Amino acid sequence: MTATLAPTPEDVVQHRTVTVVSRKAPIALGVVTALFALLLLLAARAGDATFRLASEGDLVALPDVTVPGTATAWVCVALGAAGTAVAALLVARGRRVPLWLSLVLAVVLLFGFLAWAAAGSAGDIPVTRLVGGSVLLAVPIVFGALGGVVGERAGVVNIAIEGQLLAGAFCAAVAGTVTGSPWAGLLAAVVAGVLVSLVLGVFAITYRVNQVIVGVVLNVLVIGLTSFLYSQVLVPNAETLNATTRFSRIAIPLLADIPVVGPALFNQSVVVYLMYLAVPAIWFALARTRWGLRLRAVGEHPKAADTVGIKVGRTRYLALVVAGAIAGVGGAFYTVVSVSSFGKEMTAGAGFIALAAVIFGKWDPVRAALAALLFGFASNLEGALSIVGAPVPSQFMLMLPYVVTIFAVAGLVGRSRAPAASGQPYVKE
Amino acid sequence: MKLELRGITKRFGALVANDHIDLTVEPGQIHCLLGENGAGKSTLMNVLYGLYQADEGEILLDGREQHFAGPGDAMAAGIGMVHQHFMLIPVFTVAENVMLGHEQTRAGGRLDLDAARSRVREIADRFGFHVDPDALVEDLPVGVQQRVEIIKALSRDARVLVFDEPTAVLTPQETDELMAIMRQLKESGAAIVFITHKLREVREVADRITVVRRGAVVGEASPTASDAELASLMVGRAVELTVQKDDAVPAGRGLEVRNLEVTDARGTVLVDDVSFEVRGGEILVVAGVQGNGQTELAEALAGLAEHVRGSVRLDGDELVGRNVRQVLDAGVGFVPEDRNEDGLVGTFSVADNLVLNRTDGPPFVRSGALQLRARDAFAREKVEEFDIRTQGIDTPVGRLSGGNQQKVVLARELSRELRLLVAAQPTRGVDVGSIEFIHKRIVETRDAGVPVVVVSTELDEAVALGDRILVMYRGRVVGIVPATTPRDQLGLMMAGIAPGTEGEAA
Repeated sequence: MTATLAPTPEDVVQHRTVTVVSRKAPIALGVVTALFALLLLLAARAGDATFRLASEGDLVALPDVTVPGTATAWVCVALGAAGTAVAALLVARGRRVPLWLSLVLAVVLLFGFLAWAAAGSAGDIPVTRLVGGSVLLAVPIVFGALGGVVGERAGVVNIAIEGQLLAGAFCAAVAGTVTGSPWAGLLAAVVAGVLVSLVLGVFAITYRVNQVIVGVVLNVLVIGLTSFLYSQVLVPNAETLNATTRFSRIAIPLLADIPVVGPALFNQSVVVYLMYLAVPAIWFALARTRWGLRLRAVGEHPKAADTVGIKVGRTRYLALVVAGAIAGVGGAFYTVVSVSSFGKEMTAGAGFIALAAVIFGKWDPVRAALAALLFGFASNLEGALSIVGAPVPSQFMLMLPYVVTIFAVAGLVGRSRAPAASGQPYVKE
Repeated sequence: MKLELRGITKRFGALVANDHIDLTVEPGQIHCLLGENGAGKSTLMNVLYGLYQADEGEILLDGREQHFAGPGDAMAAGIGMVHQHFMLIPVFTVAENVMLGHEQTRAGGRLDLDAARSRVREIADRFGFHVDPDALVEDLPVGVQQRVEIIKALSRDARVLVFDEPTAVLTPQETDELMAIMRQLKESGAAIVFITHKLREVREVADRITVVRRGAVVGEASPTASDAELASLMVGRAVELTVQKDDAVPAGRGLEVRNLEVTDARGTVLVDDVSFEVRGGEILVVAGVQGNGQTELAEALAGLAEHVRGSVRLDGDELVGRNVRQVLDAGVGFVPEDRNEDGLVGTFSVADNLVLNRTDGPPFVRSGALQLRARDAFAREKVEEFDIRTQGIDTPVGRLSGGNQQKVVLARELSRELRLLVAAQPTRGVDVGSIEFIHKRIVETRDAGVPVVVVSTELDEAVALGDRILVMYRGRVVGIVPATTPRDQLGLMMAGIAPGTEGEAA
């Protein structure tokens, strides 16, 4: 055998690599810092800004923090400029800008922005409520994103998250009102989410219709159907069909007393706690169980999965059922936690933001949940700013979550790789 | 385990892919299934593996009839397959790939990765090679990926092993090692089906040879048969195995490539500081195992690559930095590696495909309108000249056989005024008859004084066609040698060992 002359696989020479440096980070940081400085110049505000760290009835009441608004903002601009310079220097030397640098600067600039917005205002910035409200607004997005992750990891693009949320919200409202139990509402929402998923499955898996088109059509269908039923059935019978009992808040002893974040995170309803459980549970199921391994195999290389005896279609259907159930829970949040009645198109695009969270979170359940939290925060910022009477038009602030979504998905996500067979129907030759 | 196939017939519409094929493979025997691309070998094996259902015929294992509804059943019955295109999930680890489909779990439904790891190590040890169970498959060289495929099959206690064109992606050395593994498997009593169209390998390991042509068994041959005998059995007529050509008469400046570097989006340097020149009237074959930068080199010459640095001069004119249109106008003809993906529009007619890169002006387009008469006249002429077997010039090109599709590409590229021809894998997936024709046309182009660059992964083709051979390994040039260089040395070069430095990796 001539094998002695051949290099063994361990010492084969690999392709040389060069570092591809992305200039995105310094450019983005520089632009944001410059825009902020421009804002400070054009709309200077005098006075102090107060950050309220405690809410009524806290066990440990932290004192309010008061800073001079404009001066703080300028310090933040200076920090932003310094960070941009560091990032530019790193790029010039052919090194990558660490993620933590971008994140720290983002927090610094945000703090500066809030200090500017609240300067001289009679209202305080309620930090506790800012955190708590973000979590609440993020709940349906997190559930939707988890559903999206499960579907896409199995190779089915789930554009219909919006439809699943809306159908879940509707069914939860009706079932919750009729039975008088929010639990029944939750169950009905799960069933509704699964049904939407199954319709998607029939077309996308069995009939191999383009998944994006089916998803979009399903969204429109659910919007139309719920709007019709709402105006024709729910509005005339609001008392008997559309007035749910909501889940009550349950404070978790000790945890709920943590300053600043405690009440926001641990004095919530059962659906929020369900979210805390769902994120690690989905991660575990995908990463560590047989079901998850097979599901991912089917989403990456369905033919390879087929050749080891895995039923591709069945695996994808099961994944969609699970995804629909999770998204349905997110829908229930609207009508048995947030408010106690269904409103027309009340999900307002949360499903699409969840879809963005899936991509921003690189198809990983934990990261997608964090991305959803970011989007929740962006939505909540608008409320906080109106409290302090910030000189920013409210329409502009309403755009914020969507602007954040676009930037997040387009620029900041970095290199990410979707499941290889995502969106592709499996055709056995 | 003894495998018997009796009268297997598989039809796809009107096409009979397998026509009453009988095959018996004894345990402890390597049985070669020899045939051209498209002869129906892979279809037969997919029937055996449960991926296809046979229309007629039966499969017997140790005399018992089997019914496979899917690959799961076939595997349970003891059939393992090493696929031509590896059935591995690139983003999974070796252990995960091996366990997939028959996972063991621990308490709480957790995957038992430790069990899978030790299974991988145990099987690898048995054959004396090393595979890291925790390595991601996509990071492994293809030769190692293939071993993972073998481990995968063996971890399910396969007693009948099918190797579908296993050597297409291997270096000659890796091929030798694979042969050793196959012999070892044979010693242990496995029945082995070895599918190939490479005659050399057949004679090296086969105990029995069955030749398949156009979906039917055309005969058995003994391993002592000569190449010419096997080839004529495979093709159905006497075949010219060598390329008839005179010595090259280089003239003119031709192509000068200096320090060419091509990088992908992730920063991997795929073509690494490559310099060479090809003068007019000369064929340079770029040889090497698939995936060592040859594809990217060819694309860079045609102006198709992004992130290119260095210089490509054609008769003194710089081509780097020009767009594809300008490169074509400079007289570069390009036969892409994947004709279905890059060379042809499958749903377009033969005529449309023949003028696909000439739609920017007369004679085929005037004031923005296609000149159908000019196009059709041109197409008829080329179909005649290149012996393209088609029902008509209006037939969608996707319906033609691989060889005739390739002739369409070649006809299109050669019918322009060329100053350089770049042909990437011009004979891949092409029947032997068309190979002869394509080689002849490439040599004619050379003889007309055009510099020719041919990318080939087949050593036979490189030696037969080239005047000089450039061997690439991991993006770098191992060496540029005359085509008369001994094959052993070329084989070593393909493994990255530069001439004169044997024993150490380049």
